[in-house]
Amino acid sequence: MTTRVGVVTFPGSLDDRDAQRAVRLAGAEPVALWHRDKDLHQVDAVVLPGGFSYGDYLRCGAISRFSPVMETVIEQAKLGMPVLGICNGFQVLCESHLLPGALTRNDSLHFVCRDQKLRIENAGTAWTRDYSAGQEIVVPLKNGEGRFVADEHVLDELEAEGRVVARYLDVNPNGSYRDIAGITNAAGNVVGLMPHPEHAVEPLTGPTVEGLGFFTSVLKQLVNA
Amino acid sequence: MARVVVDVMLKPEILDPQGQAVQRALPRLGFTGIADVRQGKRFELEVEGPVDDAALARIREAAETFLANTVIEDFTVRVEEAAK
Repeated sequence: MTTRVGVVTFPGSLDDRDAQRAVRLAGAEPVALWHRDKDLHQVDAVVLPGGFSYGDYLRCGAISRFSPVMETVIEQAKLGMPVLGICNGFQVLCESHLLPGALTRNDSLHFVCRDQKLRIENAGTAWTRDYSAGQEIVVPLKNGEGRFVADEHVLDELEAEGRVVARYLDVNPNGSYRDIAGITNAAGNVVGLMPHPEHAVEPLTGPTVEGLGFFTSVLKQLVNA
Repeated sequence: MARVVVDVMLKPEILDPQGQAVQRALPRLGFTGIADVRQGKRFELEVEGPVDDAALARIREAAETFLANTVIEDFTVRVEEAAK
């Protein structure tokens, strides 16, 4: 049986098609999920894609977080279903309190778009097990509100528990505390990532194909489960 | 109808680059003597029915769960006197 990975489309999502494509290239079956539909259609994992859901009104991710589909995603995430939030998806996960902290305006106030070097810090999550800890990868990054912030004690807890999944190398593009590019929950099934691995899965369009590992990781996780 | 105003501000310890950009622009425009600027949001809620303790409690709940993200923001709730 093929592994089914759902990709949610909110009004204003941009990268849902690229995320579906990455899922397909990794060998799973992408399933389009609609923000108004609570039903997850028997998917085994969910990707919340990048974009500007609900126009980023109020705060990025603040309105999406209360959409019907998120009710089920939050419920299932708490039961252990793998969920990856990329960029706007990461913002949705923080607003949902599935992940701690928040994402705020880049310290430069500029929208940043670049190929970004990252170090995978935790290769034990549902979405990173195809990497090795310390591995360096380059994937595109594009955000205006990507600056990860949290209380000192939350940051210390994330570090102590190995919940920083990826860190910016060479350049901190947005002023994120402790160069944090991505984090995970305590169980390791929910991962939020500001850069875009789904744009680095094919040589034709990506700077590398080093983003594919996020999508093959979840496949391996689900097959072995 | 009564109006309830919810003001949302970034917590003092959270960097406010927008406020800083405004602050830096002020002297260029001849507005001197402004040491710091913080930018926030103001919500004006027109409430149907009486603004009693129960109504205010619900609005506080809305502010806490939705209008503000209390990880990074503080909020205040106040009833605005009707202008006659």
